[in-house]
Amino acid sequence: MPRGGARFVISFLALPVLIYLLFVIGPYAQAFYLSLTDWHGVTSNPQFIGTDNFVRLVKDPTFWTAVGHHALLVLVLPLATLAIALFFAFLLNMGSGTKGVWGSRFYQAVFFFPQVLAVAVVGVLFQAVYRPDQGGILNGLLGSVGIAPIGWLTQPNLALWSVIAVMVWQAVGFYVVLFAAGMSSIPKEIVEAAELDGCSRAGMFFRVTLPLLWDTVQVAWVYLGIAAFDGFALVAVLSVNRGGPDNATTVLPLEIWRTAFTFSKYGYASAMGVALFVLSLAFAVLTLRVTRRERIDYA
Amino acid sequence: MSAALPQKPTRRDVLRGLGIVALTVTPLSACAFGSSDSPSSSGPTGAVTPENPFGVAADAPLEVVIFKGGLGDEYATGLHEPMYKKEFPNAAIKHVPTQQIAQTLQPRFAGGDVPDVVANSGTDLMDTGVLQDAGQLLELTKLFDAPPIGGSGKLRDTLLPGTVESGLVGGKPYVLNYIFTAYGLWYDAELFKAKGWQPATTLEELDALLGKIKAAGLQPYAYPGKNAAYYQYWMILISAAKIAGNQVLLDIDNLKDGAWTAPAVKQAAEAWAAIGKKYLDPSFEGLTHTEVQTAQNQGRVGLYPCGSWLENEQKDQTPATFKYAVAATPSISASDKLPYGSIRAAAGEGYIVPAKAKNAPGGLEYLRIMLSREGARGFTEKTGNLTVVKGAADGLPLSPGNKSAAEAQAKAGDSGIITYSLFENWYKELETELRSQTNALMFGRITGEQFCANMQRKADAVKADPAVPKQNRAS
Repeated sequence: MPRGGARFVISFLALPVLIYLLFVIGPYAQAFYLSLTDWHGVTSNPQFIGTDNFVRLVKDPTFWTAVGHHALLVLVLPLATLAIALFFAFLLNMGSGTKGVWGSRFYQAVFFFPQVLAVAVVGVLFQAVYRPDQGGILNGLLGSVGIAPIGWLTQPNLALWSVIAVMVWQAVGFYVVLFAAGMSSIPKEIVEAAELDGCSRAGMFFRVTLPLLWDTVQVAWVYLGIAAFDGFALVAVLSVNRGGPDNATTVLPLEIWRTAFTFSKYGYASAMGVALFVLSLAFAVLTLRVTRRERIDYA
Repeated sequence: MSAALPQKPTRRDVLRGLGIVALTVTPLSACAFGSSDSPSSSGPTGAVTPENPFGVAADAPLEVVIFKGGLGDEYATGLHEPMYKKEFPNAAIKHVPTQQIAQTLQPRFAGGDVPDVVANSGTDLMDTGVLQDAGQLLELTKLFDAPPIGGSGKLRDTLLPGTVESGLVGGKPYVLNYIFTAYGLWYDAELFKAKGWQPATTLEELDALLGKIKAAGLQPYAYPGKNAAYYQYWMILISAAKIAGNQVLLDIDNLKDGAWTAPAVKQAAEAWAAIGKKYLDPSFEGLTHTEVQTAQNQGRVGLYPCGSWLENEQKDQTPATFKYAVAATPSISASDKLPYGSIRAAAGEGYIVPAKAKNAPGGLEYLRIMLSREGARGFTEKTGNLTVVKGAADGLPLSPGNKSAAEAQAKAGDSGIITYSLFENWYKELETELRSQTNALMFGRITGEQFCANMQRKADAVKADPAVPKQNRAS
């Protein structure tokens, strides 16, 4: 580095780092501190109570219900989204050899539409889709073939799946585009060589495309896994009683929000936040470890 | 193409990260709480005179936070604030409308920079029990003991009975509940007249009535399970009080052991569960109040449990032929302690003055203006809702729904008033659980007995939770 280079770099980095410390690391640190207090949110002197909040948390059945839902989400959301997105991306890019199926550029744009909508908009949209009486889009269609309305969001054993379906629907578009970009960077020679050797379409996908796309899939898995620890907005808009029926759809961010803003237990809510932080972090580290493979360089 | 995620943070990276966290904890930990020194509670004051009983400084600015929901905020900007301005022409008024009281004000309470009057309403209202416990609320005894504007005696004597009591927190008045509300089963009087249906006075009659409505092709009974299950739990609580008297509801508020497993609560829950099983379509668990109320306006729903704000809330959707009327909930048995006509009528929509308000005397004066004859009458004209000020709306042409509510209250008399439930604001965790259990009960997932047991379990948990400030009421 030339003389004065370090000072130059530092002077550029100082502001962003400071802002990051103040607005990202700061609140995190504060949440960790708050989780050890009994803060009610309206006083200026939270009392330090040690790990009481965490002891409570371990015994809280609602907390464990929410964690259970995240466990399901973390499995289903990435699997379903990746499977659908890979399938579509493959058809769009390599559906007919080195080209996509007819009209693939149009489809690619259409698949991306849900990603452009705000989550709240998606929620309101699906309120109409899932409406439990004949006025609902799904139930209206079912009604036209003589099937009685289904309580998509009111049946406790169906409600969470209905919410997951919306999350998948919303996520697929982005990953189609991501994988499409990845696939277009796979060298044509490899694909053509495989075709000359008589590789079937399925063989092409599993033996050529997927291995060469592994890095992207891995990143997608982590992103989707982290998304699986959220779900707040959709559950809050769509579910009965925010997280119901009978807590069947509740998620940790929703419980944190309710505990803080409705129950005025900011300390306890922060403890939930810390638990959520640990869970998402553990998931990200674990995924990166488990899925690590040799990287292939084309160059 | 390489996805750039750090594959392997070195140990040094991690340690460095931890070091930064440790360094930042101390200086930042004070941020969310603001300064801990509490400013003086009253701010500048003027001379105390009979016209200015709280000693408001004539030029002190006033900040008013209004919940802009079903009532709008025109009653403040177009009526009460101009009245204040007329009294104190030099005072600057800052008007803050919001739909999210807690999100807007919680950080301000924590930081000590609070407004002078707050309409604490809506889904996201602030927990007054917690606020009072933290010393954030101004006691309103001074307000209720002050003379009414343009009158003599005490302000409290100009209000409907129970108004002051409904705002007690920790045994003292901290909340002014401003709007008079009657609760019951709402229906279209014109439709009922056309079909020859009569409101039911007993459970058997209700069963027969709902049967007739169902036969006519309507949904006989409905409540919005998605976001307003409390409309239904009010009916269950009212029925419990009819069976065994208001003491049942006082016991519930006081977290008395076994309050939820009392025979009256169980009997009421079972009676309503039977109605739910027979007449409540499962789709209503997933519909909102707007959707169900619109369906009623379209003549597709018979009886709807609600409070008297309903008519005003629906005024843009209600067809001209639709005339709202309210009926008391039916008697559960012949041995009921309270007669059929008894209804729950209570003061609602709370207004508070923060203890650390910069112009607390101004806040009190603002509430006194709201409670003046002119302020209350104007409020009824602007919003269609009756206030707790006795006779303020006399002579005003009342809407059919308000007229029906006033008649129901007159019929019930003073002894037939079913008390409000304070646990709804005191213990939000219990209230949240009750919404969930009410849906489970009404849509047939649990029995009345399970309902009582589940609620009792939650009430016991709240009682045992040292983090929840406890409240008490004697009447």
